[in-house]
Amino acid sequence: MGPLANERSIITPYRRHEAGSQPPLSYPAYQSNVRRAPTKPLILLPHTLSEITGPIYGHGEIGETDNDLTRQHGGEPIGERIIVTGRVLDSNGRPVPQALVEVWQANSAGRYIHQRDQHPAPLDPNFTGAGRTLTDENGVYRFVTLKPGPYPWFNHYNAWRPAHIHFSLFGRAFLTRLVTQMYFPGDPFFPYDPIFQSVPDEKARQRMISKFDLETTQPNWATGYKFDIVLRGPEATPFEG
Amino acid sequence: MDLVPNPSQTVGPFFHFSLTTAAHSVRCIAGPQAPGERVWLMCRVLDGDGAPLNDAMIEIWQANAEGKYNHPDDPRISAKDPTFTGFGRLGTDENGMCEFETIKPGRVPGPGNVFQAPHLNVAVYARGLLRQLYTRVYFAGDPANQQDPVLALVPAERRGTLMALSDPARPGHWRFQVHLQGEQETVFFDV
Ligand SMILES: [Fe+2]
Repeated sequence: MGPLANERSIITPYRRHEAGSQPPLSYPAYQSNVRRAPTKPLILLPHTLSEITGPIYGHGEIGETDNDLTRQHGGEPIGERIIVTGRVLDSNGRPVPQALVEVWQANSAGRYIHQRDQHPAPLDPNFTGAGRTLTDENGVYRFVTLKPGPYPWFNHYNAWRPAHIHFSLFGRAFLTRLVTQMYFPGDPFFPYDPIFQSVPDEKARQRMISKFDLETTQPNWATGYKFDIVLRGPEATPFEG
Repeated sequence: MDLVPNPSQTVGPFFHFSLTTAAHSVRCIAGPQAPGERVWLMCRVLDGDGAPLNDAMIEIWQANAEGKYNHPDDPRISAKDPTFTGFGRLGTDENGMCEFETIKPGRVPGPGNVFQAPHLNVAVYARGLLRQLYTRVYFAGDPANQQDPVLALVPAERRGTLMALSDPARPGHWRFQVHLQGEQETVFFDV
């Protein structure tokens, strides 16, 4: 095993999160968090090969309509057709190519196809609400979908989630894994939503909100929203040789 | 250019129809051709009341039997291993459980000039968790645990929470409990 030992010098650690840029572990305003968030402090882990590697090789096939949620059934789903596109970058500003992006969302009435969703709003037989794609060599992804409706939940009296699309991303490492949500500009529910508000820093919260984009918008077809996603990146560029 | 990573948000209760469908769950981390000691790992996730989570998702990332990761940043791997991805992903059932099939990983270089004990890297996602929790599964009784540099960072009385226990009645079967809170609260890492 001797020869392997000195190869650890090749490891470049990843940058740690800035204070306030991520939600805390404990955030009791979000009821489900109260009996689920760990109470003991996390143990700081120095980065080893276990952390800086990750599942980047394929996750099953990507189907032809997997990035177009409006074409996964026999007919057209009902709602506001939108294009959601952006770049996946690391914190050094480098594009993350070939990254798996998975999304899921409610339909335009605010109803998930999930069997546990009891919101009395109609399901749409032409809409599932799940998609996946890979970023291209410039880190760009693109989905066609419907704008999801807001939906009620049981967190507090008269609680409604702002309209959102759930995103799940694999970057280059297990520690770059990100599950997040994309919101829409000007949503009136932001001030009342503990999940959105759990992120302490105002600028960080703004980064979860997509931007309407006229260039992405296609005439007589669909409105466009830009949503760039930043994943953790390595601390410094390793020197060659 | 310095950019700040996007905030994490909860996976929520409704991810299954996207992330853990039959097509996108990964129960088998190491195919039947993969060399190594075969392991069936039953994971269970419990909340602060000891109630099972029926809406958690567990992801696993691990090295192969030689302690190499199937990834280009592992300088020791020469080519993609077709028998072994190293990745697993499952949703928990009504009892808070899910079972992976894999092989026991080899030892991976660690911080300092020491090797880590065989371990699986684990991420836990669930409604109520605003970001994923990272933990590790070690194999109880493995002598290498004594020298593991990560276990050494954990207070001795909490190391047991990172141990999978073998089922004496069923060779190759291991159990790992994730306690999100309580006396037995699992050790989670700031990765
Ligand atoms: Fe949602």
